[in-house]
Order: sequence, then structure tokens, then C-alpha cells
Amino acid sequence: MGRFPLPAAHVLRGEDNKPLLSRSHPAVTSFTSSWRKPSVIPGFGLTLGLTLMWLSLIVLIPLAGLVLKAATFGFSGFFDTILNARVLAALKLSFGLSLIAAAVNLVLGLLIAWVLVRYDFPLRRSLSAMVDIPFALPTAVAGIALTSLYAPNGAMGWLFGLIGLKIAFTPLGILVALIFIGLPFVVRTVEPVLADIDQATEEAAACLGATRLATFRRIILPAILPALLTGFALAFARAVGEYGSVIFIAGNLPMVSEIAPLLIVIKLEEFEYEQATAIAVAMLIASLALLFLINMLQAWGRKRQGTG
Amino acid sequence: MNRDPLSVRIVLIALAFLIMAALIGLPLVTVFAQALAKGWDEYFLSLSDRVTLSAIKLTLITALISVSVNLVFGVIAAWAIAKYEFKGKSFLLTLIDLPFSVSPVIAGLVFVLLFGLQGWFGPALQGTGLKIIFALPGIVLATMFVTFPFVARELIPLMQEQGTEDEEAAVSLGASGFQTFWRVTLPNIKWGLLYGVLLCNARAMGEFGAVSVVSGHIRGKTNTMPLHVEILYNEYNFTAAFAVASLLALLAFVTLTAQSLLEWKKAHA
Repeated sequence: MGRFPLPAAHVLRGEDNKPLLSRSHPAVTSFTSSWRKPSVIPGFGLTLGLTLMWLSLIVLIPLAGLVLKAATFGFSGFFDTILNARVLAALKLSFGLSLIAAAVNLVLGLLIAWVLVRYDFPLRRSLSAMVDIPFALPTAVAGIALTSLYAPNGAMGWLFGLIGLKIAFTPLGILVALIFIGLPFVVRTVEPVLADIDQATEEAAACLGATRLATFRRIILPAILPALLTGFALAFARAVGEYGSVIFIAGNLPMVSEIAPLLIVIKLEEFEYEQATAIAVAMLIASLALLFLINMLQAWGRKRQGTG
Repeated sequence: MNRDPLSVRIVLIALAFLIMAALIGLPLVTVFAQALAKGWDEYFLSLSDRVTLSAIKLTLITALISVSVNLVFGVIAAWAIAKYEFKGKSFLLTLIDLPFSVSPVIAGLVFVLLFGLQGWFGPALQGTGLKIIFALPGIVLATMFVTFPFVARELIPLMQEQGTEDEEAAVSLGASGFQTFWRVTLPNIKWGLLYGVLLCNARAMGEFGAVSVVSGHIRGKTNTMPLHVEILYNEYNFTAAFAVASLLALLAFVTLTAQSLLEWKKAHA
């Protein structure tokens, strides 16, 4: 039905005598409404319907349940929980350390992506494969491995002990875990963009007398900036919610090294559902804001790549 | 191909290796070194423990259910998004990605708030005798939430890249929708699909935070492998904790090796 253009005389008209069908695509006029482009491939309604249903059942309704639960406790209950000194300290720690970890990942990730894209050297493929390990390794495994490595009797713990630094069971340990899990995000978002840069531009800059550093700052950096910031935001978002790799190495001292996700778990175990929900909602709002930011960054990156 | 002086190149490459070795290589080595610290006999002994075996079994069952369900719905969602043009598509994509940006702990919490004793449906459930929280259904639900985007996310760019011409040709030659999918689309996406399933499985088997909240940690009953690792570690039974962890690390290796193979296959196809 409706796969062929209708002659003008047959245009269906509504009661107000306006054509019911959009004529914006003169070649393909269809009975489908204007919110989607017509397609001959069957199954649109079925697949979209099932997708929406399953998404609602598994993701949207449970999350809505969380927000509704928080709403039943009211604003004062919410803010009483969030402004409690221990909760505030946990939120500050989670967001602050995640920000630092993402910043460290920005530098390390850019360096690794640069080396992987620009240079050819032995074991390059192995190095590249290793980047994905934090994605694939279960967080609990990463957690206990990092802990025994950075504990005072572990290899790295001993090494840092020589300069008087204690890593495991302090906020520094949390930072190590967050850097570990966030590294692939920056590498994998920057890599394809870096590979796409036309090196002729760089050569032109060099011919015109630009130093290598100036070329990097004026030509390469602007091109990869959206990808860098996207990777930064992804690493940050992941770090804020991270639980498994952190709790082993953190020491979990209230007010000092207790992250917000752990505090949710503690409140749940104490049957303080109201407080657990309030902390979760505060974190959820921050995550949604981050997700929105990431989407905007990606759109900006696509625009940059398209025009530049 | 590049203009960087040799010295700069060497320093940067060395730095990259150093960072990767310290940050990622050493932890991996630690897992296996600790697991085998007391020799192979002790390693296999700790793996054949009854409680450990039941954790492995629970992990396999959980992954089997949640991965197959996500496989079906991932394919359906990818089809809806990649094969049609409609308004609100990018919003739908954002919603599908949502579990990526929600803390695993919150993913567990939402199901406690739905089905726990204090939850929305808790009292109603109590009458029926069906247990969701602190039981298998809750563990599966939390795992499905966390792994929701994996298959769809892997397939959507692939299916968008392939366009709709093949499917349109098949339909115009009289194939039904399902025939078109089975005979035309599926052969085109099978490697991407396999990779999505592997990633989904790796996450399903390794999920810790979300499952930890809904499991109740009942030894031999509701402990998955990652949760069992935590318990053994907290009991200072390091050899056993790292032995179970080494199995999960091997799973990560298999997943990444398969990824490399599939990428190589794609490049040489």
C-alpha cells in the first residue's frame, strides 16, 4: 500500500479540506504518518513496539520506580540525607576522584592512542589488545589484583613505599582503580579520529615553518578535541558509578575513603532504604546530566568531522 | 609516514609500554601468580570446592538466561533502529545506552525497590511465595539491566553501514519479513552479532555491583563467581580467591582474542 505516488486528484483530504498526506516527498507518498520515512521493509511496528516494551520493562520502569520512591520521601527527606556530612563526603570523594582519574586518563589515553595510530613498532597489536582489558576483566578481579599489587607487601606498594607513599587503603588506591577502569574510554574514542586526520595539513604546517609542537597545538588538538572530551566524560561517568574495582583497594573508612556507591550498599544493609534511594537519585541525576553532555560532545564531534 | 624525530618516537613508545605494563599488565600477572602461588594441586583443589562449583554453576545459568534474552531483544532493537528512519531515534538510542551510565549498585537497588520486602511489589509477591530478591530471578534481572545495551550497540553501527538495499531487494522479490532477516540480514551481521554476544556474556559473567545488591550472598546458593571471589578474599583465602578470579580473567582473554580474530576476519573479508 502507498508505495506509488498518488495522482493529485486522489489526495485524501480531511474535514478541513487540507491534504492529509505530507507531499514533501513527491516520489514516495505513503499512508504512514510524517514522523517516519516510509520503507518497504516490513516489521517496523513490531520491532519498535517490542524494543520499547522491553526497554520499559527492564530499564525505564525500574528507574522510574527509584525516582517515585524518592518522591514519596519528599524534598526535605531527600536533602536531609544528601546534606548529611558522611553522605556529602562520599559524594565529594566519588566525584572529585573521578574527575582527577578522568584527567589523568585524558593524558595517558592520548599518549597511547597517539603511539598506536602514528608509530609502527614491534608488539603494537599486543599493546592495542591490552587496552581493552579493563573493559573485559570483571571489576572484582581487577579490584583484588590491584589491591594485592598496591598493598604495602605488593610489588607496586613496596615501590611507592620507598618514597613514603601509601596507596592501597587510602584515597590514592581508589584513584589507581579509577584510572585502570577509565583508560580504554579515552584511547578508543581518540584513536579513530586521530587516524582520520589528513596528514597533508600537518605537512603543510611544517613547510610553512610551524614547529612540531605548534602543529600539534594548532592542527591536531582542535581536530581531536571533541573526541578527547567525549572520552574524558565517558571515563568520568564510568568512574563515578564504579564499585567492584574500588571497594577492595579503598579501605572504606567513612569520611575518608568511602565512595558513594558503597554508601548506598551500606545503607541498604542497614535497611535505610530512604537514604539509599536518596543517594542513588542524586547520583542518577548527575549521570543523566553527564549522558546529555556526552551526547552533545559527540554531536559536536560529528559536525567537526563533517565540516572540517 | 611521520615526521617525529626518532628520539621522540622511542620515548613515547617506551612510555606507552611502561604505562600499560604498570597499569594493566602487572595486575593481570598478579592474578595468575597469586592463584598459582601454592602450586597447581592447590589451584585445582580450590576450584573443585563444592561452594565454588555452585558459584560457577549459578554464573553459567545467569549468563545463559540473560545473554539469550538480550540477544533476541538486541537484534530486534537493532533492526528497528538501523532499518527505518523515524523521529526520536537518537533519543531512543540514548535510552538504550542508559544502563552504561547508571552505577551498577543503582542497577541492583532499583530491583530491590521494586521486588524487595519494602518495594512496590514486595507485599504482593510475598503472598505468592515467588522470591525475586535474594534469589535467581533478581540476579538475572540485575544482569539483564546491566548488559542491556551490549548486543544492540554492537549491531546498530554495523547494520546502518550495510544499508537497507539488500533487504529492499529481498522484499521486492517476495520474501517475507522474517525470511529477509534470516536469509539476508543475519548472514551479513553474524560476526558482529557473535562479538556482541561475547561482550554481553563477559559482562554478564563478571558483573559484581548490581548482582551484589540483589543476591543476599547466601553461600552455595546465591553467590555468583565474582561474589564468591569477594567472600574468599575477605576471608583471607587468597589462593582460592585468585583461583576463581583467574577463571574470570581467562574469560576476558578469550573474549578479547575472539575480538581480535573477528576484527582480522572483517579486515580480510
